Amino acid sequence: MGRYLIRRLLQMIPVFIGATLLIFLMVNVLGDPVAGLCGDKACDPATAAQLRREFGLDKPVLEQYLTYMGHLFTGDFGTAFNGQKVIDLMSTAFPVTIRLTVVAIVFEIVLGLGLGVLTGLSRGRVLDTAILLLTLVVISIPTFVTGLVLQLLLGVKWNWISPSVSTQAPFSELIVPGLVLASVSLAYVTRLTRTSIAENRRSDYVRTAVAKGLPRRRIITRHLLRNSLIPVVTFIGTDIGALMGGAIVTERIFNIHGVGYQLYQGILRQNTQTVVGFVTVLVLVFLVANLLVDLLYAVLDPRIRYA
Amino acid sequence: MRAHTYATWPALTTAVALTLTGCSGVGGSDGGNGGGADVLSAVWGDPQNPLEPANTNEVEGGKVLGMIFRGLKEYDPRTGKAENAVAQNITTEDSRTFTVTLKKGWKFSNGEPITAHSFVDAWNYGASLKNNQKNAYFFGYIEGYDKVHPDSGKQTADILSGLKVVNDQTFTIRLSQKFSTFPDTLGYVAFAPLPKAFFTDHAAWLKKPVGDGPYTIESYTKGSQMQLRKWDAYPGADKAQNAGVDLKVYTDNNTAYTDLLAGNLDLVDDVPAQQLTNVHKDLGDRYLNTPAGIIQTIAFPFYDKAWNTPGAAKVRKGLSMAINRAQITKTIFQNTRTPATDWTSPVLGASGGYKAGLCGAACAYNPTEAKKLIQEGGGIPGGQLKITYNADTGSHKEWVDAVCNSINNVVGNDKACVGSPVGTFADFRNLIGQDKMTGPFRAGWQMDYPLIQDFLQPLYYTDASSNDGKWSNKKFDRLVDQANAQTDPKKAVELFQQAEGVLRDDMGAIPLWYQNGSAGWSSRLSHVALDPFSVPVYNEIKVG
Repeated sequence: MGRYLIRRLLQMIPVFIGATLLIFLMVNVLGDPVAGLCGDKACDPATAAQLRREFGLDKPVLEQYLTYMGHLFTGDFGTAFNGQKVIDLMSTAFPVTIRLTVVAIVFEIVLGLGLGVLTGLSRGRVLDTAILLLTLVVISIPTFVTGLVLQLLLGVKWNWISPSVSTQAPFSELIVPGLVLASVSLAYVTRLTRTSIAENRRSDYVRTAVAKGLPRRRIITRHLLRNSLIPVVTFIGTDIGALMGGAIVTERIFNIHGVGYQLYQGILRQNTQTVVGFVTVLVLVFLVANLLVDLLYAVLDPRIRYA
Repeated sequence: MRAHTYATWPALTTAVALTLTGCSGVGGSDGGNGGGADVLSAVWGDPQNPLEPANTNEVEGGKVLGMIFRGLKEYDPRTGKAENAVAQNITTEDSRTFTVTLKKGWKFSNGEPITAHSFVDAWNYGASLKNNQKNAYFFGYIEGYDKVHPDSGKQTADILSGLKVVNDQTFTIRLSQKFSTFPDTLGYVAFAPLPKAFFTDHAAWLKKPVGDGPYTIESYTKGSQMQLRKWDAYPGADKAQNAGVDLKVYTDNNTAYTDLLAGNLDLVDDVPAQQLTNVHKDLGDRYLNTPAGIIQTIAFPFYDKAWNTPGAAKVRKGLSMAINRAQITKTIFQNTRTPATDWTSPVLGASGGYKAGLCGAACAYNPTEAKKLIQEGGGIPGGQLKITYNADTGSHKEWVDAVCNSINNVVGNDKACVGSPVGTFADFRNLIGQDKMTGPFRAGWQMDYPLIQDFLQPLYYTDASSNDGKWSNKKFDRLVDQANAQTDPKKAVELFQQAEGVLRDDMGAIPLWYQNGSAGWSSRLSHVALDPFSVPVYNEIKVG
């Protein structure tokens, strides 16, 4: 187990370097960010040259990357064009997005797993068909439509919620955005769980458990669900990273000043430091989440061992 | 029923009492420091640059600086005319050396008196290359600018030799050329005075800027919110009519509009295009759509020989006549833009140099004449017109496609004109900056100050800072020089208009339309107006 963990951690290093290098190159390919700083006018050449020098943009890309990585290891994520430290941007943006992700994941687990078990156990009945149809509808509607419709109905027409989230972004204001963010994944989790449960229901160990006369509740939670969870856990694990980075649409609709918003603005303004910094952290989150998922397999199914 | 009536009475009285105490609190000495009823909330975007006056060149940062700063002059929100604010008077005899006398009694909100040094130090800071100020070129007319801000190499001086402090109330400005309307440029925020704290503790000042305007900043959370409160001791005549303004950063102007409808926001100053069809139903008469100092044009790469021939001038004129401006502004922009008939903007007013119809027949839709002119001029250079635009902001694709469609119909060839998108705005500016445009491209100009000079000289004078197409015409340059040297503003305007005529005859750029500014507000507000820069006039807004 220990050796496996170390091996996995070591594997992260090349992935991390490769990912950050790719992002760095991609942002650089977009062209000279200083040109976009002066609106529809041309920046005066002297100021533009000075800015380029200060941000190190006059150096070769590879050298820029190396300097950036050097700073990164000392915890310096650089400075955005508006003079704010990227680390400050992160310290305000990440807590908000983490809260939003937590809300979304809770929805996925509670609603998605619950509905999945329900449908899996009642396969072919009306309830099953109805929920399946509903998930199909949710999957086929783009997030921004769900978001805008809910915002208009709940926020403006019925006045149940405020259409925009305040700066503090407490959990209570993030429930609807979280649901919107989770909606598509939620539908997938339902469908995954349903298939898995339906398949395992016919397996030998469940029949044995039933024959032993175990209570139904125990059969479902201890035997059936636990064995059916592996594909679902994989999905939710990878979804954590996707939710954090992919919240751009939801965050824009509900005015949430989180990671998605900072990334969007960073890309629009070609702010290399912001984009690379945020993506680097997201890459780390993704890697760690994946590792945790793999470790969780062993917990769920003792037959899986890591040497 | 009876019990119900009784129960409401005490509540009502309390409410009345609260309102009364609330009112007296605001009317009293300090006023409105608890936030409260007279504070309005308005939409905001995260400023792109640090909030320094000489470094803020976009509207979001400009909103704040407009509230917390007053310069020598101030533009009248309605007429756009430059009126004295901190300046008592600005005099000149030769249109080159100006003497500025300040009004007595003006202070920064931290109590520091405003002296000639407050201006001179601020301008020297703004002009100096080492401070990276993006508005530095505004000081380019002042003598010694080439020393503190050379185009290349190191700066050889730290201060502008053209600025001299005479005494605490007086200083002189010497320009490197004659420029009669120079004092009228001084209302731009880059020319604002700065307190000593700006230089001694720069980081702290940036966290909470201090100025001399009708508002002070109470709190500033970067990237999310700024609370501005009325400064009761403000010495100017245009005191704030409300207790304060809370600027809230929105990720998307659609969300801001939704928030306005839900009653969570009082003022939006950019109604999103998607909502234009509903705006009258949603807001009724709480919606405003007025001309702003912005003109959109199509510029041409004159560094490309094919476009720099007498025949090409005919083609450009023909293209201009092939664009059905009225139809495009109506169907694509829902009349939030007005077909252009000159190269300036209606906000200047007739006395300021705006002349409707100056472009004449060359800007009127005339398919037969257009086709004839394009053919006479030898057809479109290269056989196909590719109009380049940036695809990331401002929904340019829609109108470029419409313009091309209009041209194609006239020419009778479906492939005569196509749009050529560039991914990002920065990349678009890069292509322009490196003279790499191969065909016409979109150009937009938002004025810096309401002067006809600002619509012509920076854009079309030979090698001017924003002459992106590198159009050059000796006659035009000469007329602009003469206009700048002219001391009589009326004659200066006439000369500028003659120069505009030269631009028209060569069709150096095709004027498309004037852009409007828009605003929508809640029923709590009244007296909402937009200034010529399409920024709300916050200090005049009344709440309740």
